[in-house]
Amino acid sequence: MKKSPLYLSILSVFLIAAPFILTARYTQHVLIVVLLYVALGSAWNILGGFAGQLSLGHAAFFGIGAYTAAIIASKTAFSPWWALIAGPAAVLPVALLVGWICFRLRGPYFTLATIAVGEVVRLIALNWTTLTGGAVGVVIRPSLLSGTSKLPYYYVVLVIAVVTVTLCHLMSRRKLGYYLMAIREDEETAESIGIDTTSYKLRALALSAALTAMAGAFYANYFLFVDTTTVLPLALSVEIVLIAIIGGLGTVAGPVLGAVLLKLSSEIFRNEFAQANLLIYGALLVLVILFMPDGLMGGFRRLFGVGARKSQRVSA
Amino acid sequence: MEIDLADKTLLTLENVTARYGDVQVLWGVTFAVREGEIATLVGANGAGKTTTLKTISGVVRATDGQIVFDGGHIDHLPPHQIAARGIAHVPEGRRLFPLMSVRENLEIGAISSEARRLRTGSFARVFALFPKLKERESQMAGTLSGGEQQMVAIARGLMARPRLLILDEPSLGLAPIVVREMFEIIQTINREGITILLVEQNVQQSLKLANRAYVLENGRIVLEGAGSDLLDDQRVREAYLGA
Ligand SMILES: Nc1ncnc2c1ncn2[C@@H]1O[C@H](COP(=O)(O)OP(=O)(O)OP(=O)(O)O)[C@@H](O)[C@H]1O
Ligand SMILES: [Mg+2]
Repeated sequence: MKKSPLYLSILSVFLIAAPFILTARYTQHVLIVVLLYVALGSAWNILGGFAGQLSLGHAAFFGIGAYTAAIIASKTAFSPWWALIAGPAAVLPVALLVGWICFRLRGPYFTLATIAVGEVVRLIALNWTTLTGGAVGVVIRPSLLSGTSKLPYYYVVLVIAVVTVTLCHLMSRRKLGYYLMAIREDEETAESIGIDTTSYKLRALALSAALTAMAGAFYANYFLFVDTTTVLPLALSVEIVLIAIIGGLGTVAGPVLGAVLLKLSSEIFRNEFAQANLLIYGALLVLVILFMPDGLMGGFRRLFGVGARKSQRVSA
Repeated sequence: MEIDLADKTLLTLENVTARYGDVQVLWGVTFAVREGEIATLVGANGAGKTTTLKTISGVVRATDGQIVFDGGHIDHLPPHQIAARGIAHVPEGRRLFPLMSVRENLEIGAISSEARRLRTGSFARVFALFPKLKERESQMAGTLSGGEQQMVAIARGLMARPRLLILDEPSLGLAPIVVREMFEIIQTINREGITILLVEQNVQQSLKLANRAYVLENGRIVLEGAGSDLLDDQRVREAYLGA
């Protein structure tokens, strides 16, 4: 962070001032969605990008965060905003269980297992009607921040995104990040030189799941409606993965770029042709695979020679 | 070559068996490595040398038998706990983290808190041993030559500050002159007080180097003795030295 104070300060000023410059409600809504996906892509990247464990089940963690908010709103007198803390807390035991089951498997088998986990969570939510409202879903009564202004939501999601990206940045320079990358590059060797691979993969999963659940809790508070088709579909897991892959796996800035590109373009084109989302994602994915096989970050590095990896020290 | 060895065994394998799925590969391997020596394990391709080393470092689980290191059983420990006891395994084929720099590969080798505390000294030590690596410090490991990669692999093992360094075919694929250099470095490391268990294709060189040698055939130790004695052994000469 010390290295680039100038562009970071400019970026911070822009992010803080943005909703005052871009005052249209719709524009602010788009910014909120982009930031939400910045958080989701970055959180996924911890497990999928750095540790190389390609999860296609992150909708489960997102959904658990969102349902935590919904359940708090419908069953208790507390504000659903508490789900920003309770969501990550609720997701941790689930994440550890998932890790315990899925980390026995490697490569594509791990990925398939995470798809199964996502589907199991979705089916539980669909059928546990008393808790989740089943197929009907839960409408969350407006609370605390729910004036007409989008500003408070913008700043809450900005904080979530900044916290997530900052954690990724810190991690990438520390022992945890290096061990995860070692596991990604050669798991057996990582193990044989003495890295407790199971423990580090679990840590990555726990952190990734908790941050994803926090984003899910925000989602519920912002959209005020939660059901299985909005917060638990496989398509959501896929979308999160695409953001990280298109942006650049295992880089801090990759998912940020990926989220900006994908969500902006899908919002822009949504007005032109509804339901064109997937088409656009597909087209972008093909373009990236053809021209920037390491994602946008890799492409930028090659084009401008920036960010070439210099020797970095692993600090304690 | 006869060094006065304190007669303390550092590592013992007793009747160790191992299998991959249904295929049994080790059929009761028994041998010992004494503190301070260079021991070598030789044998034909597929004899089970790598597998033996993997059961020691815990990557492959021994299905039966005992492995004792420094007086404690390690056969049921996970690899990271075995490494923490002071065993560093330099795997066959180097297996560096190719997208990380040389320095990062070495940093990762300093795995225990003790090794992390001592790593400034460890860096100085491995760079003295392998001056080339100092020049290549920030180069991605995957772009190094085979010989340089082998140096990084050994250096990564040393960064762990091990008591026992296990080397699986360090001379594989290296030019003869580099092989000689590699064997000299192994001796230097040993003289600094690190016990060495060496697996080699290069039977002649490794028997010359070793205080104690074991011949592995089809998952069993069939012959053992001082390295120099095996060098003169008719069976060894016929099977491995082509004489
Ligand atoms: N992962 C594995 N799965 C199944 N079989 C294996 C595996 N690794 C090794 N084997 C088998 O176990 C036997 C012993 O292999 P090992 O690698 O221990 O031999 P080696 O003595 O190290 O040979 P080399 O000199 O060629 O390295 C071989 O028959 C090999 O095919
Ligand atoms: Mg071998």
